[in-house]
Amino acid sequence: MTTRIPTDAPALHAVEVGGMTRSSFILRGALAAGALFGASAATPLVSRALAQAGDIEVLNFALTLEYLEADFYTAARELPLREELAALAAEFGEHERQHVDALTATITGLEGEPAKRPPFEFALQSEADFLRLAVMLEDTGVAAYNGAAPRLESKAVLAAAGGIVQVEARHAGEIRRLAGKDPAPAAFDRALSTQEVQAAIEPLIRTS
Amino acid sequence: MTDPTTDRPGAVAALRSDPASRKRFLRMGGAGLAGALALTLSACGSEEEKSPAEGTDVAAAAAGVSAEVSKADPALRRFGEGDLAIANYALTLEFVETAFYEKALDSGVLTGSAQELFKRFGEQERTHVEALTKLIRSSGGTPVEPPKTKFTFDDSAATLDLAATFEDLGANAYLGQAAKIQSPEILATALSIHSVEARHAAALLGITGKPAAPRAFAEPADAGTVLAAVQPYLVAQES
Repeated sequence: MTTRIPTDAPALHAVEVGGMTRSSFILRGALAAGALFGASAATPLVSRALAQAGDIEVLNFALTLEYLEADFYTAARELPLREELAALAAEFGEHERQHVDALTATITGLEGEPAKRPPFEFALQSEADFLRLAVMLEDTGVAAYNGAAPRLESKAVLAAAGGIVQVEARHAGEIRRLAGKDPAPAAFDRALSTQEVQAAIEPLIRTS
Repeated sequence: MTDPTTDRPGAVAALRSDPASRKRFLRMGGAGLAGALALTLSACGSEEEKSPAEGTDVAAAAAGVSAEVSKADPALRRFGEGDLAIANYALTLEFVETAFYEKALDSGVLTGSAQELFKRFGEQERTHVEALTKLIRSSGGTPVEPPKTKFTFDDSAATLDLAATFEDLGANAYLGQAAKIQSPEILATALSIHSVEARHAAALLGITGKPAAPRAFAEPADAGTVLAAVQPYLVAQES
């Protein structure tokens, strides 16, 4: 396996573009309703429709991260890991797959379209590679959820996302401990923006 | 593949596996969308036309269920109202954790890497206390006083287990309040502490050979459950 640092990640952009397209579609629908029923009827609809589309975009972004983590733990099966780490990779990988399934069902339940799984590529040759990437991915996952959660409009979706981020944080804490790092590097976890998360994971997306 | 429904499902797992709750969820989360689409479809004269009135009903039902999710926890009444009650409840838990780590280190039952973790985690809990105290003051509230605590430290293993119990409780307590917080600032602070409590819990479980993340979806804990679990470690206050 090789390391490649692409300058662009079309798969991720597609996620964003898909969401944007959907937002504008919903917005158009709400505006059309406004034309028919009057602007005062449309105003709450426009804001609600946009908020809803925003939640789907956040959920799709989370889904992309969960695809990434799930595929990472699958790729790690090929590595000669010590028993403790192999068991942990299997267990955490199963959690990430369940997150993928749950997010997909939630997006579908909200009548959104689940993002497609981008093709990932991991430079994994040793246990050290595994630990380094696992720490990066789990820490990034925590920061991504913490950054996106306050933007969620639906309190039900927020509660559900919270149930996932706690598990990501547990993964991060335990992997860091096993890697000989501080399980909690700071008293407050970071919150990353969508752009910061994209920059962190772009090198792992295969471009060709 | 394990079915999360057999594993005390979290909110997402419940949605995923139970068609009824998915429908409820759709009403809850999808209200705006459903309402907008109902109007749009009727405007376009689609065959799947729904009346605007029906869309409004869905939205009204959704408002009811959303209110349920974000309803204040009755056990928080003694901390006041709204976000400040939640923040003072969190502060109380952080005081208990801070006191626990301090007294555990003083007891001398810990050595090596366990002792290092306790020092580190204890400092972080103290930082949470300071941050929450400031946040409550700047939001116009009055921070609660630290409760008097009592712990027994028999040996290293029991002390590590108790630490993991407190951290699990702390993480699930924050998770239980997340959807009820109104202020974006308090929500962001709560989230940034929530995941640190989870990291602590995981490391403490891991160091004692237990599963660091026992399930795929964490379970929120309500304030009544958390406060009842903490009660045995509090010295009764004269009232």
